[in-house]
Amino acid sequence: MAELKGYCRDCEALLAQAGPCPHCGSQRQIRHAEIDSLSIAHVDCDAFFCSVEKRDNPKLADHPVIVGGGKRGVVAAACYNARVYGVRSAMPMFKALKLCPHAVVIRGNHGKYSAEGRRIKAMMSDLTPLVQPLSIDEAFLDLTGTQRLHSAPPAVMLMRLQKRVLDEIGVTVSVGLSCNKFLAKTASDLDKPNGFAMIGQAEALDFLADKPVQFIFGVGPSFARSLNKSGLYTIADIRRMGDKAMATKFGEGGLRLARLSRAEDNRPVKVDSERKSCSAETTFNTDISDPDQLLDKLWYVAQKTADHAKALGIAGTVVTLKLKSKDFKSITRRRTLSSPTQLADVIFKTCEPLLRAEATGGAYRLIGAGISGLTAPAGDAMDWLDPAAAKRAQAERASDKARDKFGKGAVMKGRELKLRSRGNKTASPTDKDAPVKPKPELRSRGMKGLPLDPAQRRSAGMKDHKAADNPHTPGQD
Amino acid sequence: MQSSQQTVETMKFSIERSELLKALGHVQNVVERRNTIPILSNVLISADDKGLTLVATDLDIEISETAPANVTGPGQVTAPAHTLYDIARKLPDGAEVAFAIGGDGRLDVDAGRSHFTLPLLPPADFPAMTADDFTHSFTMSAEQLIRLIDRTKFAISTEETRYYLNGIYMHASGDVLRCVATDGHRLALADTDLPKGASGLPGVIIPRKTVAELRRLLDGGHDIVDISVSDAKIRFAIGSAVLTSKLIDGTFPSYDRVIPKDNPRRLKLDNNAFARAVDRVATISAEKSRSVKLTLSEDTLSLAVNNPETGMAHEDLMVDYNDGPLEIGFNAKYLLDVTGQITGEDALVELADAASPALVRDPKDERALFVLMPLRV
Repeated sequence: MAELKGYCRDCEALLAQAGPCPHCGSQRQIRHAEIDSLSIAHVDCDAFFCSVEKRDNPKLADHPVIVGGGKRGVVAAACYNARVYGVRSAMPMFKALKLCPHAVVIRGNHGKYSAEGRRIKAMMSDLTPLVQPLSIDEAFLDLTGTQRLHSAPPAVMLMRLQKRVLDEIGVTVSVGLSCNKFLAKTASDLDKPNGFAMIGQAEALDFLADKPVQFIFGVGPSFARSLNKSGLYTIADIRRMGDKAMATKFGEGGLRLARLSRAEDNRPVKVDSERKSCSAETTFNTDISDPDQLLDKLWYVAQKTADHAKALGIAGTVVTLKLKSKDFKSITRRRTLSSPTQLADVIFKTCEPLLRAEATGGAYRLIGAGISGLTAPAGDAMDWLDPAAAKRAQAERASDKARDKFGKGAVMKGRELKLRSRGNKTASPTDKDAPVKPKPELRSRGMKGLPLDPAQRRSAGMKDHKAADNPHTPGQD
Repeated sequence: MQSSQQTVETMKFSIERSELLKALGHVQNVVERRNTIPILSNVLISADDKGLTLVATDLDIEISETAPANVTGPGQVTAPAHTLYDIARKLPDGAEVAFAIGGDGRLDVDAGRSHFTLPLLPPADFPAMTADDFTHSFTMSAEQLIRLIDRTKFAISTEETRYYLNGIYMHASGDVLRCVATDGHRLALADTDLPKGASGLPGVIIPRKTVAELRRLLDGGHDIVDISVSDAKIRFAIGSAVLTSKLIDGTFPSYDRVIPKDNPRRLKLDNNAFARAVDRVATISAEKSRSVKLTLSEDTLSLAVNNPETGMAHEDLMVDYNDGPLEIGFNAKYLLDVTGQITGEDALVELADAASPALVRDPKDERALFVLMPLRV
């Protein structure tokens, strides 16, 4: 192994001999038989949110740090100190704190993370235009054919990227380098944090053979169970099944697995991955069973979804309501519309009866709303049975303009105001009878930013609290 | 139980294959392909001295049909409807099909050298639709009923939340019998002379599936339809077939307010040319949105589709129009649905502004009209 060609991770020197780097004496090296021919990379920031927080507050450096939402939310990121205790991302926060009670929990600042994520993405784009972000902190890079441009092989360019991200952003990233996306993603997990791992074509089959089926990205616990039921435990087992049998038994996903089991993955690195849906969800501080309070929360997620859809310039024909009960059972209910929408009002009105059908006493911990069946927005379909809908649509469009200009709080529905006035205190059913006062800051903002007369205020979608508390349901005449 | 067992064992008849196929063809379609209640997959077969009667139901709709048969032993059984229909379909033309109950209590079906044995379920379990007291009964021509259905059924809503729109609303209005269907985005209305006995007919909403079944029965070539209506049910008798259906229990919205009374801008266009142009530009339109922008100026109608992802399309059409310029968006599918209803060469479109409903008329059929809500772009 030692005589394999490689590079020094500290000084980039080309290594032909075994042993420490002849230039700087470093032991940190990457070596691989195919090192100059591998060009598909997966770059993944290590415990990204936590790394950013630790960078901004060096006192946290040696503490276990968890970024996540409140005591009810889930772990968005756990630093390596916290992972020692078994804390994993997507774990419910209470469970994480049971495992690691002394962890420092940070609510998280997604604006900051996405800004840093964008900076890292820009650095990736300096290496190749073919960057496919998978999330805020990881991406595939296709560096095929860039060697002449950079006068350096992909492996060296990726080491430079690691160094640059550490120097300029202050976080570590792990790199997986291989010949396709599947192996690259697999490789980046092998040597974390601040790692650099390679899987070559020649070794891929042996490397994969004895790995459990869950090892393949996208095989979750339930898919794994059904594979196990058919006697498929390792990747080699899948390989033995062959394409036809896997496709017959498990459909399209089965065929994909059969190919991946042979390390075959011809999916290109795509700059724009196709969006299939657009949604938002929120976890409550305490479980809610009161339908009216759930409706307020529904408005909040409907508006978030609509804001996002409008920003992306998309509309959807399928509206989905998601609820998670207090014992973590998820249910989704969906409705297909006759024409696509991107309006919060339509999303809300479509989900409202679905929510009322489910809100029959049980307590929920999470609500979400989303649209799918995406298409370009086609305009708002007018409905003569709900003439107020056209007015509400107009009002929403008008208030969007105001919110664009003066901030999201410039115009809001009574429902949202109610949510804000409840703030962080425990929401109780009596809250809805309490007088609703806009926050002074919001009020002055509205006054300063929007010198509107009452008629304009109305057309901008501002409703008085009474109207919002008793939403009338037109169209049922 | 003992007595029904008796009748089962004695039932015996034979029927000409084409008569059987026709009768089964009329009733089997109402039977759902998948049923959680096994007996709903079956057709009720009754043989007596009047011949053969077949009944099928999905609990909302019941269709019964009589056919001439040579009955040698009266009786009643239920057998799988689709299987029986498929057998009848595959038997050679002119075959005489003999039905008898075998010693094992199953149904033997024999035709020429073919022999089938089918499982049976007791007829006592077959859910019969209760007979209502029909308050209104009238007779109308099949041709007129076909016209009322065809002009309106395309606009029936499929939205489950608005169940009261999932059918055709039929009612007496002055001296006309009127059918209306709408999904909120478009509305279709057709009138015919009020048949004798239909005056004061309360508004009834005929469910979509009933409309489809009725339309199939109307293709049978009979001239006359007998219609009976109660609060909760409607019955159509066409030839030897009788369709009884539950009505949608809901209030149809007062549709009058959406029909534009005096839209000032009038446009006359060649319906076929317009339909083809809409179809062409809609090629570009994303499948789910299908929005077409119409721009009117003197004598010209421009159709445009502009979709950032799928491209753009544009086409000009010469039309008869001399009012001010207007830009208005519509769903291409809705436009095509309406053009498909125009029987003459021309279509008349009456418009007000980009946010008001458009009225479409057929100069060849002035007793039908169509309303289209625009898309607000």
